[in-house]
Amino acid sequence: MLNKKNKTYYICVFFFCLFVLFLYGPTFTIVLLSFQGPDGGLTFPLNGVSTYWFKELWRGGSVVDIGSAFKRSIILGIIVMVLTVLLSVSAGLAFRKKFWGSDTLFFATVASLIVPSIVLSLGVALQFRLLDDFTKWLGSTFDINYINEFFQTTLGMFTSGLGAQLTWTLPFGLLIMFAVFNRFDKSYEEAARDLGATPWKTFKEVVFPLIAPSIIGIALFGFTLSYDELARSSQVMGAGNTLPLELKGLTTTVTTPVIYALGTVTTFVSFSVIGISIACYIWLKRKKG
Amino acid sequence: MLPYFFYNYININMMKFLKLKPSVGLLSIPYSLIFIFFFFIPLILTLIISFWDYNEYSIIPDFIFENYSYIFKDCLNFEKDMCVTFKTYLSTFIFCFITWFFTLIIGFFVAYFLAFYVNSITWQIVLFLLCTIPFWTSNVIRMISWIPLLGRNGLVNDFLLSTGLADAPQEWLLYSGFSIVLAFVHLYTLFMIVPIFNSMMRIDKSIIEAAYDNGANGLQILWNVIIPLCKPGIVIGSIFVITVVMGDFITIGIMGGQQIPSIGKIIYVEMSYLQLPAAAANAVILLALTLLIIWTMTKMIDIRKEL
Repeated sequence: MLNKKNKTYYICVFFFCLFVLFLYGPTFTIVLLSFQGPDGGLTFPLNGVSTYWFKELWRGGSVVDIGSAFKRSIILGIIVMVLTVLLSVSAGLAFRKKFWGSDTLFFATVASLIVPSIVLSLGVALQFRLLDDFTKWLGSTFDINYINEFFQTTLGMFTSGLGAQLTWTLPFGLLIMFAVFNRFDKSYEEAARDLGATPWKTFKEVVFPLIAPSIIGIALFGFTLSYDELARSSQVMGAGNTLPLELKGLTTTVTTPVIYALGTVTTFVSFSVIGISIACYIWLKRKKG
Repeated sequence: MLPYFFYNYININMMKFLKLKPSVGLLSIPYSLIFIFFFFIPLILTLIISFWDYNEYSIIPDFIFENYSYIFKDCLNFEKDMCVTFKTYLSTFIFCFITWFFTLIIGFFVAYFLAFYVNSITWQIVLFLLCTIPFWTSNVIRMISWIPLLGRNGLVNDFLLSTGLADAPQEWLLYSGFSIVLAFVHLYTLFMIVPIFNSMMRIDKSIIEAAYDNGANGLQILWNVIIPLCKPGIVIGSIFVITVVMGDFITIGIMGGQQIPSIGKIIYVEMSYLQLPAAAANAVILLALTLLIIWTMTKMIDIRKEL
């Protein structure tokens, strides 16, 4: 076996620590810089310690309406999370047997992960543009008053935006379900069926409790990937921008630590969600064991 | 005899057909619908619209090749400088290659450490999560977090100046090719770690022991046993990294100070000027190239065995 505690081992440990530092170090610096005093700039040294920039962020001074972008992102994230869990768990159950079109669907799932995001974003935007043109045409041809007076666009956060984000989160959900069912012991289910349980009851009482910890994982992917999604959302959000889109705009315009304060806040939200998910996962595992 | 055979044949198929009663396969319908409406149709529309005409305010159904010929304008004239399109693709390929190289080396050794040097499964999970957590946080934040380190007055320049390693602030550290590659490696090494780690965990430890018992040293085991068995993981990771860099416009935009071109950026700019058919033509070429690369790489492995 590979020798433990030899020179290579310590080199590897050192290398791994460097890698972790590389992963977390930069984020740590902006957290540090976001707690500067009012005279602080974008780089070191720290000019005093205060929560001035957080108050500035909260006040909304000099920055676009961050509060509502934040709210929109959270709401969209929750909707994406719920849909990702529901759709990928049900599709995961379906994929346990071969069904008509299962190969194509599997191909689409993998392809969706690797198709360039900008291409997909463009495609969805084009689709909704055509849908708009079609709706307007319907309105003028059949003289539908409602469309002629009020209709503006079908493009929006909860139509095209939601769909585009789902093409990014659902594949992760389904692949997690594959991993779960590859290691799933079918005998529990068979026992339930032998005892006369209906398929729904088998799912509710036997399968669901067994896969519940993994569903937490899917929910985590669903929320965090939506909350931070940028490339696929870039063309399809319509009038209201999400937080990452606003943030991308701010990188070129804002020159104060207020952007670091915003970074600290969103990173804190992400870390809280990750922490809660991991805690739930451990709790469910313990309960089961 | 023959009519009876046909009757039987049709009957069996009818029964098969009628057997389409509610089955568990139907549970995939909502999932499929999302992919039909937000994946298949958009991509097909992109292909169709790439042949359409356009003016300042609208796109016009047509079947023209101007959008494509415009992209390759002057590209076959070898006496002049290289055309913009080829230059952009070349620069993107270079970013792909350098990023691929570094993510592979770093990702491989991180996975190697996790798989073979961490003994307890709990520690394996904890350390693996430690590598994964940043993936669940904002990419933009992770990019701008390099500014205090690499900027003109950043920590790296402070260090270089104070130790006398440089006598003027180094400008190439930020908003340059260097910072773009650094950000790519920072963001996407995880895409290498996960599949390579997955491949390594499937290696039967007794194979390594057998190699060791037969007198192979650590380096020989690594080169002749572990790397060949990790090939599928390496290929999957490479596909992820290369495709994500190929279509990027955000990292190159932010870390390149909006000065360095990329194909994704061309599409993005064309969209903002509402030159949608032109953007669609660029998207089709990008997609075709990406698929070509993936196809070439999957020739090396059977991807289905890996899931």
